[in-house]
Amino acid sequence: MRIRLRYLFAIAAICVSLTAVQAQTNVRIATEGAYPPFNYVDAKGKLGGFDIDIASAICAVAKFNCTFVAQNWDGIVPGLNAEKYDLIFAAMTATIERRKVVAFSNKYASMPFRFVASNRVADAIAAAPGTGIDQLKTALKGKTIGLVTASTADPYVRKKFEGVSTLRSYQKMSDVLQDLKAGRIDAYADGALGIDATFLKTATGKGYRFAGAPLTDPAYFGTGVGAAARLKDTELLAKVNTALAQILADGTYQKIAKKYFDFDIYGQ
Amino acid sequence: MLDGYGPMLFKGLTATLGVAVGAYCIALVLGVLGATAKLEGGRVTKGVAEAYTFVIRGVPELILLLLVFFAIPTLIQSIVRSSSPEFVNFRLELEPFTSAVVALGFIYGASATEVFRGAIQAIPLGQLEAARAYGMYGRVLVVQVALPQLLRFALSGLSNLWLIVLKATALASVIQVVELMRVANLAAGATNKPFTFFLAAACIYLAISAVSLVCIKFIEVYSFRGTEQGAK
Amino acid sequence: MNFGPVIDGLSVLLQGLAVTLVLTVSTLLFGLLIAVPLAVARWRGPKWLSSLIWCFTFCVRGTPLLVQLFLVYYGSGQFRDELEAIGLWWFFREPWNCALLTFTLSTAAYTTELLRGALMAVSNSQLEAGFAYGFTGLQKLRFIVLPQAFAYALPTYSNDIIFHLQATSFASLITIEDLAGVASVMANKTYLHYEFYLTAAAMYLVVVYSVLFALKRIEKSLRRFLNPG
Repeated sequence: MRIRLRYLFAIAAICVSLTAVQAQTNVRIATEGAYPPFNYVDAKGKLGGFDIDIASAICAVAKFNCTFVAQNWDGIVPGLNAEKYDLIFAAMTATIERRKVVAFSNKYASMPFRFVASNRVADAIAAAPGTGIDQLKTALKGKTIGLVTASTADPYVRKKFEGVSTLRSYQKMSDVLQDLKAGRIDAYADGALGIDATFLKTATGKGYRFAGAPLTDPAYFGTGVGAAARLKDTELLAKVNTALAQILADGTYQKIAKKYFDFDIYGQ
Repeated sequence: MLDGYGPMLFKGLTATLGVAVGAYCIALVLGVLGATAKLEGGRVTKGVAEAYTFVIRGVPELILLLLVFFAIPTLIQSIVRSSSPEFVNFRLELEPFTSAVVALGFIYGASATEVFRGAIQAIPLGQLEAARAYGMYGRVLVVQVALPQLLRFALSGLSNLWLIVLKATALASVIQVVELMRVANLAAGATNKPFTFFLAAACIYLAISAVSLVCIKFIEVYSFRGTEQGAK
Repeated sequence: MNFGPVIDGLSVLLQGLAVTLVLTVSTLLFGLLIAVPLAVARWRGPKWLSSLIWCFTFCVRGTPLLVQLFLVYYGSGQFRDELEAIGLWWFFREPWNCALLTFTLSTAAYTTELLRGALMAVSNSQLEAGFAYGFTGLQKLRFIVLPQAFAYALPTYSNDIIFHLQATSFASLITIEDLAGVASVMANKTYLHYEFYLTAAAMYLVVVYSVLFALKRIEKSLRRFLNPG
């Protein structure tokens, strides 16, 4: 019995064709699920958070049939381009670097970026000479900084602190915070809102605070948080923008935002 | 003690078992196909099978998993799309669970191929000749004579493979399947008690391994019945 | 496919490869050092010791390496204060040490069991001959049993070597910049995931098959220790 290659292909083709060929009104949305309060997985295993609620509101207005999937942060952009899903709603800042590989909707939130450290290290940073990023560089020279791979702060901190401090890459925010608590790293730079909600405002965050000036270089920190889509899906993004404008105008956005934030998350 | 994450750990356990069983079945199928391709295939088929085991044996599962997870669906999509104009919007819809099962099955199919190949080659030729002398051919030969003996030779390799696949499901946490390891990771992050949860997960894996070993012992005794070795 | 940045980053990738190799070699060496006495104890030691060691190997072999790694790394972080109190924190603080510890215990467990099987495969007549010549226990071990056991064990041990060589890629998940870690960092910097992961895969392939080739040669030369027929 000789197995011809064509039989193998035939079997493969049959298997492949048995999976669904679908129409365009289903929209799959990816989020990280590890960045409260924007997105998280609750104790029952369901995805929830600001991103989910805003995305659901947009889907309702744009009449999409939306499903949500969780995806590891460092695989979230490749997954979009590999067509595993169609949109990303994951507190993703629209940076210039990212715009080279994905397209962004209009912004639906603002995210400041800061370093967080223990009070001792934060005091050292405050006492260091200089201002802004230079003050941070002086104070953190020779120390260890933690980053989430592919986060917004990642390329900026890498550029500025390469050779100045030791840099460690982690999979997600909770991993870095655990190591910050354990003292393996001295400081962690990322979106301030996530760190604030899950760490600083909780008992585990006692003895830690934001340190140094906010990171605002526009070349790296972009124009706010937006939904990401593939570069060619301009029509999809246009629909998302229209729906976003509507929920901003009719008060749905404000209602959702109040659930999670006691300040104006949309910003300027 | 588990901060209410007990039910979720249990769900993770079922997901782990689901991925393991699914991936194992796919691996077995690929193993049989691969082994026959290597032993009886034409030049091209044999080459494909050899390349398959060559690559998978040499690359770490973590990297393979990431490559397979992202690359294979894209590859299949582009092949199908370019094959005919009516398929230009073809989409491969696989949720993470299915992707993990397929990816892990694909990866461990290579190990299964080697196990089956060794087992097929180990069947004493005399048995097959004797069967043919008695007039058994084709399906009867395979089912009555070859298969039971095949199982005997393949058993240690296949049971080993099951334990390996079971533990490899922990890698599926990297591609976001909510199985045991991922649940432990999420719970650890949320409660800041990593030791507790990873220890709990380890104990659960140990329990499944223990149960598996007991089952394997039973299968061993059954398949070695009637031979000189008896139960090992 | 754009391999330009990959070529530019080749030296960094090679540094990552060096880290991988150092980690693998250290792991295997320490693991072997631990495994040999454990295997001998399993083979000829008292029952209670043998059972204790079996418990250890069962626990290590029955749980995924990834879980063990996270248990040691993040788990030790949870007990930072306690560890500092007993003076052990300096060790667990470094991800390298955690990885080394976890991987060493893992290969030690697997190697103990397979070495034990190999020891049992050495025929008793060999030991009797040694006794007849007045060899002490240690001499029998060194000159008769272990060489043959290693020869029997090598094919299976090769699998263990390859497995742990590839398992070092897990170290990238606890911030170590081995080959997989470097590939991941660079892939995310340039958004060229396929290119970097494919390159890393190719580098692993080269290393694995070089090691396998070397092991096959060693296997051949060790065959002279085995019984003819």
